[in-house]
Amino acid sequence: MNLLLEAAAWLADAAHWTGPGSVPVRVLEHLWVTALVVGAAAVVAIPTGVWVGHTGRGRTAVIAFAGAARAVPTLGLLTLLGLWLGIGLGAPLLALVVLAVPSLLAGAYSGVESVDGTTTSAARAIGMSEWQIVTRVELPLAAPVILGGVRAATLQVIATATLAAYIADAGLGRFLFNGLKSRDYAQMLAGALLVTLIALLFEVLLAAAQRRAARAARPAGQKSTSPSNPVFPKGPS
Amino acid sequence: MTWFSHAWGWVLELTWAHLWLSLPAILLSVAIAVPVGRLAFRRPGLGGALLSGSSLLYSIPALPLLIIVPAVFGVPLRSSATIIIALTVYGAALMVRTAADAFASVDSHVREAAIAVGHAPRELFWKVDLPLAVPVLVAGLRVVTVSTVGLVTIGALIGVPSLGTLFTDGFQRGIVAEVATGLIATVVLALALDGLCLLAGRALTPWRRAVEGAGA
Repeated sequence: MNLLLEAAAWLADAAHWTGPGSVPVRVLEHLWVTALVVGAAAVVAIPTGVWVGHTGRGRTAVIAFAGAARAVPTLGLLTLLGLWLGIGLGAPLLALVVLAVPSLLAGAYSGVESVDGTTTSAARAIGMSEWQIVTRVELPLAAPVILGGVRAATLQVIATATLAAYIADAGLGRFLFNGLKSRDYAQMLAGALLVTLIALLFEVLLAAAQRRAARAARPAGQKSTSPSNPVFPKGPS
Repeated sequence: MTWFSHAWGWVLELTWAHLWLSLPAILLSVAIAVPVGRLAFRRPGLGGALLSGSSLLYSIPALPLLIIVPAVFGVPLRSSATIIIALTVYGAALMVRTAADAFASVDSHVREAAIAVGHAPRELFWKVDLPLAVPVLVAGLRVVTVSTVGLVTIGALIGVPSLGTLFTDGFQRGIVAEVATGLIATVVLALALDGLCLLAGRALTPWRRAVEGAGA
C-alpha cells in the first residue's frame, strides 16, 4: 500500500502537471493517438465488414484473418515495424491500426450478418434499394454489435498505445518506460494507474453506448436483455 | 538466417521460459474461472456483477497491470510471479463468461434425470455438469491459451525473459531476423498449445465421437 501512496504523491506533485511531457500533455497525446487510430481503422474496416455481411462475399477470409490476427503478439508487431520505419510515431500508428482492424471488421461483419433475412427481404419487397436496405435497415439493427467491435478495438488501442511509448516519445507509456529506466517505481505506478483509469472510463462509456444502441435497435415492447451478455443463463430450473 | 544459426540455443531456452510462464497462468485461470463461472450460472443475480467485474478487469491494459501487480500483491517487479499473477487475472476474467455459458449449455433435462436417479449435488457436478460443459469450456480455454502466450511477451519490457526478449533485444540491436524469429516462435507456440487443448477436449468427451459415429 506504501507504493500506492508514493504513486499518489507523485500524481499530486504540481511539477508533474505543467510543461512538456507533463501529465495533461501525455493524456492528450494518448487520447489523440487512440482517436486517430480507431478512426483510421474504422474507415477501412467498418465499410468492408458491412459489405461482407451484406453480400456474404469473402466471409471465410474475414473469419480467418480475424482469428489469425489474435495470435500475433502486439509487441512483436510493434518492434518489427519499428525496425522498418524507424523511431517515431509512424510504426506504432501503423501497428495499432493493424491491431484495431480485426475487432472492427468482425463486429461490422457479424452485426450485419445477424440481421434477420426476412427483415431484409421485407425491405426489398416494399421497394427499398440495396443502399437503403444497408443504411436504413441493416446498419441500425447491427449497431449494437458494430459498437461492440468499436468497444473492443478502442480498449485494445488504449492498452497498446502504452507500448507505443517504447519506440515513440508519446502517450502515457512514457511514464512507465521513464520509470523503468530510472527505477522510479512511483512514476511507473502513477502512469499505470492513469492508463488503467482511462481504459476503465472508456469501457464503461462504450458499454453504455452499446446498451443504448441495443435499446434503439429493439422493436418496441420487446423485453430488454443486456447486449454484452445475450446468452446469459437463467440458472438451473 | 546467420543470426538464427548461432542463436538457436538461446531461442530454445527462451521458448522453454515462455512455456513455464504461460502454463501456470493458463492452469490457474481455469482453476479460478470454472468455479466462479459455475457460481455465476447458479446465482444469476450475483453472476451479473461477477461478469461485469471480470469484463472491467479484462479491460486493464497489460503493461500497466504488470506494474500494478507488485504494488498490490507485494511480489518483486522483475519476477515470474508478477507475470503469472497478471496473466491469471486476464485469463480468469476472460474465461469466467465462457465458463458460465458452458454450464448453461448443459441440457437441464439431463441434469433433472441425474437428480432423479439419485445423484448427490457433488456427484452431479463432477459426473454430469462438468463433463457435459467440457466442449464449451475447451472453446474458452483455447482463447485464453492463445491470448496468454501472446501476452507473456510483454514481460520482456520489465525484464522477465521469454520469447518477447527477442523483440526488445532485436529492436535495440536492430536485428530484423531476431524480432521475426520471436514473432514466428510465439505464434507457433500458441498454435501448438491450442492444438493440445483441442486434443484434450476430444479425449475428455469420448461420447461425442460415439454419437457422431452413430449419427453418420
